[in-house]
Amino acid sequence: MPDLNETKPSRLAPPQVPRRSFLSLAAIASFFGAVGVALAGVLRLPKPAVLPGPVRRYKVGYPDQFAMGSETRFEQENFFVFRDAQGVYAISAVCTHLGCSVARSREGFACPCHGSQFVANGGVITGPAPRPLPWLEVGRAADGQLVVYADNEVPEGTRFRV
Amino acid sequence: MATRINQAAPQNAVQEFWNNLRQVPQTAKEAWFRLGHAPESEREESQATFNNLFLHIHSVRINIRSLAPALTLGLGLISTASFLILCITGVLLMVYYKPSTTLAYDSIKDLHYVVFTGRFIRNIHRWSAHVMVVAVFLHMARVFYTSSYKKPREFNWLVGLGLLVLTLALSFTGYLLPYDQLAYWAITIGSNIANSPRELTDALGITQWLDPGGFQKRLLLGANFVGEDALIRFYVLHDFILPVLLIALLGVHFWRIRKDGGLARPEDPMGGSAEWGGSMKRVFEPLATKTYGLMALVKGRRAAVNRGPENTVMSWPHLFWAELAVFMLTTGLCVILSFHFDAPLKELANPSVPENPAKAPWYFLGLQELVSYSAFMGGLLIPVIAWAGLALIPFLDRRPGGEGTWLGTPGEKRALWQSLVFGLATVVGMLAFTVNFGWLRTWFPKVHQLWIIAINPGSILVLLYAGWSLWVLKRRNSVRLAAVALFTCFLVGFTVLTYFATVHRGPNWQFYWWPSQWPVH
Repeated sequence: MPDLNETKPSRLAPPQVPRRSFLSLAAIASFFGAVGVALAGVLRLPKPAVLPGPVRRYKVGYPDQFAMGSETRFEQENFFVFRDAQGVYAISAVCTHLGCSVARSREGFACPCHGSQFVANGGVITGPAPRPLPWLEVGRAADGQLVVYADNEVPEGTRFRV
Repeated sequence: MATRINQAAPQNAVQEFWNNLRQVPQTAKEAWFRLGHAPESEREESQATFNNLFLHIHSVRINIRSLAPALTLGLGLISTASFLILCITGVLLMVYYKPSTTLAYDSIKDLHYVVFTGRFIRNIHRWSAHVMVVAVFLHMARVFYTSSYKKPREFNWLVGLGLLVLTLALSFTGYLLPYDQLAYWAITIGSNIANSPRELTDALGITQWLDPGGFQKRLLLGANFVGEDALIRFYVLHDFILPVLLIALLGVHFWRIRKDGGLARPEDPMGGSAEWGGSMKRVFEPLATKTYGLMALVKGRRAAVNRGPENTVMSWPHLFWAELAVFMLTTGLCVILSFHFDAPLKELANPSVPENPAKAPWYFLGLQELVSYSAFMGGLLIPVIAWAGLALIPFLDRRPGGEGTWLGTPGEKRALWQSLVFGLATVVGMLAFTVNFGWLRTWFPKVHQLWIIAINPGSILVLLYAGWSLWVLKRRNSVRLAAVALFTCFLVGFTVLTYFATVHRGPNWQFYWWPSQWPVH
């Protein structure tokens, strides 16, 4: 004879969880919860909250130091400064592929690491570089010197009139 | 009246003390060497193995097939030996090394020129790192070609793949520590490969919202450039985190060998009689009235009824002699190499002048060649695909057979040779084509970056290899042969790309037949 008091478990009448199992489950869940939170804290630590490094804003000299049609390479700062009839402009020397420093070449610029080549305005002609060399913002400081904002990218062709 | 034993009279205590003191050499020796003499019986040899913490990871007896040098070539042991050498020499280097951008280079110079044996120790560290990388790769190939990843050893194959990643990560993080030009530019490239998902997100225009590449790079470098924070992070990874992980995983690897029943080897013969040691031995027939299932509570098959005599010998001394020999050979090799060839040290790292050509460590040069097509595809996606493919092998090839035998199932030799030829021809053809005719960007300068990420010599090579493997699968009707085809292609491609980038890539990553043709500047 089947026990009439024992109802078949269904979605509407789920089997009762005994108190002891419930407490054990809660204990186990709280243990893993605590471990999870602790682990998240541990893993969060190595993500830098502040990116160290200098403000990449460089005074490069007075406008008359840049002769018409000249190009100047700033090695430590990693960009080139050009002067033509329309003004002064700066192009980054950091290859957009994997961050090597490009050098001037016949076509424009060439990267030593993986062979990317760029024309004089920074456009890619060959190699794996995914983007053209960025143009950088140029401005003037209060003392009259030109300033290159190496963190600020500007559209290609943007020149600073002097 | 109760008698007290060992209650010596006070006047005898001095005598007792004196006697004990005189016997210290003898009693201390007995405490150290509990047996007191070299093991003379198999029982004593067993005790020598399992009473010792450092030896007890070995089983007491070992199958003679596992001892045959031709099966394993000792490659796992060579990897372990070179890792031990790396640990010892690494700790010695830590005594003088200073992880700071201003001091690191000078401390390596001190090690090289001033510290007694410092140069030799650094050379050994460098060379055993190379030996370890080579041995780990060859060990993987050995396990694959002897079908040793098959059930029940799938899990250990995965552990081995984890060890491969850790080995490469250890080599890579160690590369930055001297902080010379070589180190600086190799790490700049390496960290920008971590940044390369940006190539995809940039092309899709979503970097602003989703930037996994930038996150990875900053996590690795602690900054946007290689500097003090990067050096400390690499130092912590190289000297603590990665070695600890590797030791833990190595423990699991060894443990699984024991639990999976020793090294993979052919089954011992069943029933009747079996040949062992040049003579026929009788095999026990099962009795109809007996239950044998309970006789062996350990994992695996039942007790030695109905099976051939076990081809086992005592681990002490046979296995230990073999291990000692491999350890000695590895150490000897590293010492000889270190005596003749110095570890390189270029000029101090200079962030404004890259090396030309700037090359990663040799085991990453195959990847660098792929990276020179597309950073994201070559540096990240293809390695991940290759690794995942390797991890899937034991789960796709589940038909038993050939365990512990080189190319043990029929047709494997043919598949190997055909795949060697196919893999070689494809990779050489691909390289020759790319060097001579360039690629998409050369023909269509305005092409969208997404096309270059998707279609480049690297991704086409992967597709050709996958296609070849599928063709073998269909044609030869065997998963194992398809796996042999794919693994062989992978191995050949990796080797050829590494060789090509090492020898034939010069300044500006251009093709040269020989480094002596590089332009002088």
